[in-house]
Amino acid sequence: MKINIFAILCFALGVSLSSCEHDNFEAPESKLEGRIVYNGEPINVGYNEVNMQLWEPGWQLRSAINVLVDQDGSYSALLFDAPYKLVIQPAQGPFRSIKNEVTQSDTIMVDLKGDQTLDIEVMPYYMIRNAQIAKAGSDVTANFGLEQIITDANAKNVENVTLYVSRTMFVDRGNNIATKQLNGGDITDMNNISMSLTVPALTTAQSDIFARVGVKIAGVEDMLYSPVQKLPL
Amino acid sequence: MKKYIFMLLAGLVVGNSGCNNDEFLDLEPKNILLEEDVWTDKTLVTSVLSNLYGRFPDFQSIEDWDNFTEFDEAFASNAGTYGNHRNADYGYGSWGMWEYGYIREINSFIQKCEAATELDPADKAQFLAEARFIRAGVYFEEVKRMGGVPLILEPLTYDFSGDPSYLRQPRAKEHEVYDFVISELEDLKGILPNEVSDKARATKGSALAMQARAALYAGSIAKYGTSTPQVSLPGGEVGIPADMATGYYQKALSAAQEIMTLGYSLYQKKPDLGENFASIFYDKNNPEAIWVEDFKLKTGKTNGFTIDNQPRYQSEEQQGGRLNPSLNLVQSFENLDNTFAPLPIMDASGNLIHYTNPADLFAGRDARLYGTVMLPGTQFKGKELDIWAGYMRPDGTIITSSNLGGQADINGDGTNEQVVGFSGPIDGLEFTAQTGFYLRKYLDPAAGSGQIGTRSEVWWIRYRYAEVLLNAAEAAFELGQPEVAAGYMNQVRVRAGLTEPLTAADITFDRIVNERRVELAFEGHQLFDMKRWRLAHVVWNGNRMTVSDLTTNIGKADKTSTMPFGLWPYKYLADPNNPSNTDWVFRIVLPNPVTTPDRFRLGNYYSQIGEDVINNNPLIVRQPNQ
Repeated sequence: MKINIFAILCFALGVSLSSCEHDNFEAPESKLEGRIVYNGEPINVGYNEVNMQLWEPGWQLRSAINVLVDQDGSYSALLFDAPYKLVIQPAQGPFRSIKNEVTQSDTIMVDLKGDQTLDIEVMPYYMIRNAQIAKAGSDVTANFGLEQIITDANAKNVENVTLYVSRTMFVDRGNNIATKQLNGGDITDMNNISMSLTVPALTTAQSDIFARVGVKIAGVEDMLYSPVQKLPL
Repeated sequence: MKKYIFMLLAGLVVGNSGCNNDEFLDLEPKNILLEEDVWTDKTLVTSVLSNLYGRFPDFQSIEDWDNFTEFDEAFASNAGTYGNHRNADYGYGSWGMWEYGYIREINSFIQKCEAATELDPADKAQFLAEARFIRAGVYFEEVKRMGGVPLILEPLTYDFSGDPSYLRQPRAKEHEVYDFVISELEDLKGILPNEVSDKARATKGSALAMQARAALYAGSIAKYGTSTPQVSLPGGEVGIPADMATGYYQKALSAAQEIMTLGYSLYQKKPDLGENFASIFYDKNNPEAIWVEDFKLKTGKTNGFTIDNQPRYQSEEQQGGRLNPSLNLVQSFENLDNTFAPLPIMDASGNLIHYTNPADLFAGRDARLYGTVMLPGTQFKGKELDIWAGYMRPDGTIITSSNLGGQADINGDGTNEQVVGFSGPIDGLEFTAQTGFYLRKYLDPAAGSGQIGTRSEVWWIRYRYAEVLLNAAEAAFELGQPEVAAGYMNQVRVRAGLTEPLTAADITFDRIVNERRVELAFEGHQLFDMKRWRLAHVVWNGNRMTVSDLTTNIGKADKTSTMPFGLWPYKYLADPNNPSNTDWVFRIVLPNPVTTPDRFRLGNYYSQIGEDVINNNPLIVRQPNQ
């Protein structure tokens, strides 16, 4: 009996040791990172709203690697070294893709060899300019301008602009505690929009709150935002 | 040694005798039926067919309560399902369906039935028609979810040549699938019998009802698809040309009008209109049901919907109460004067309004509210529901407990009183009425229906006459005949106690949308209705809601409704020494597990086709916006 247990233990040890050799694949180690930009300026988007797809050609079965764009317009992905095709789907983001010189389409070729930083230039419908958010008492006031970038046949109207205040650094239409909305038709001066709201009482004490403004463009799914601003409470 | 020799010898004997007798390998099996046996016998063919019926897909049904909580109709009072209220986005693959295994078996049934020689010709025609009805229904289910799919009408068989590419078929255009469904049913309505009392099998009525609905869906996709031009594909696999709308609406109206001549009628058997509405869903002696999935006690085919959703207090098991209808839905039921209003819980200056009985708050509303939702202060199976959240003192402070029917000392006299209902609501405690409401529709009042050992035989109604009337009303409205639409809609509304008729001028798109919302809640229509009107991304737009968002614009089709709210009743404790003598007040709450608003993306309009499918068949075009 003793021998049997010894034999079983030996066998188990053998299996566990040998499996170490075969099971462990190398982890992806090359980091692709960058931002979605217009003329070098990052485009801020909503949490979990915009994503890009990476396709690695040459395999028999294909499936995209989804890369989410962060609130501040940045993205990053840990990948294996390989040539990738990067695509931003037409419905994604408050912007349009720019035709890529190499592929003559919206696809961007990324030949990943080690870490790489890649900013992706796109054509936004609008840009938020000079966003200033300040807090006085319990009132939060935002002043900003809107510059229309796409003015040709693809131009779109502003459906509404909204000031969001949130308890956490995630601030968008789904994550907020107070909002103030202004319909696009009620904007008199696109270069000088001002809105304010009163922060409601919080159930738990905290030292800061976060705010930013968002722009909903008519017929475009994802919203455009200004950078998140931290305000002392 | 001798032993081994004998064993070898025995083995040789067996081996030799096996080899000599070829028929040994060719015996008739005694435990399964062979195909040539099946196709000679009416009963056996019926059992094959009933297997096909039994696998008919439904997105939301009484066998799958949690799908009802994906949107704003209900909150899921079940810890494992809170996730439905915590994730913002719907996955692109949600509600997807690629049932080609099932379709192949239907096709194969049709092929073999056609080839059968020993069946009675009348039986054979009936079987074929029923199988084609199921196939049309499955393609309708496919096109609702996926848009155009490959139309495969015969069983495909691989020839093992090493190259399966000849089996690949591209997606049909979306309208081609609808056209196929409509034309099949056009054919079948002449073959299938007009048996109003036959609910579980295909009849002329069910063929026409499915046809009316399919044509209405196609018509509205053609019409409202213009508002979302991104939701289309250049090859027409997704999206229907706008100029086809009128034709489809005409087809929907004529099919619905034909059903009106067949002998179906609205269920009107009980004097209490609310109870009457609830009875539609459990009384099987029913002129309204057209096609159902039937269940029967003491067979393998029963359902646990009542077990899952019975009020926690009088539950026959230690569970229940999972589906909590939302205040969003409850307030959509009109007042009897045809107006929309939030529930009057506060007067103009912001003071809470006091009620003698909790049910008084809902007085003067559409009777379908009582028939759909168990309201506080009403009964189920002859017992009070006991839904109340606690005592409220005049200064607004609340005395409650976190246990079912929990107790506390409210007046300092040293004895404890019950301070919360035995059915809750208790925030975050599963199975309590966390929105303040339970579901009544499809709950079985029969004794034992809430026991795991008995279960329920309540049926699942896929098509009923009231929906046919609403389909006719919508088609007529879209064809510019509002007076016709008003006539059909008023029939449905009178049954709900809304006796003041709507005039042609009253019929608006908002009215059509709200009528379907309240009449057909919890019947599996909501998602597909919102999709075909292209309202899903407007109503479930990912915006966080406030109470004022909730209580304004009631009855508007494009009202944001991303989070399920609740309404909690409290006993108003004017005199702590006499806690039994109390008024009732109400407060709007957002249940604690609801953290994130729902966001329906443009890419959700047509569910994702799996990469495995596309890898196997590169002819399949991807869905837009994903």
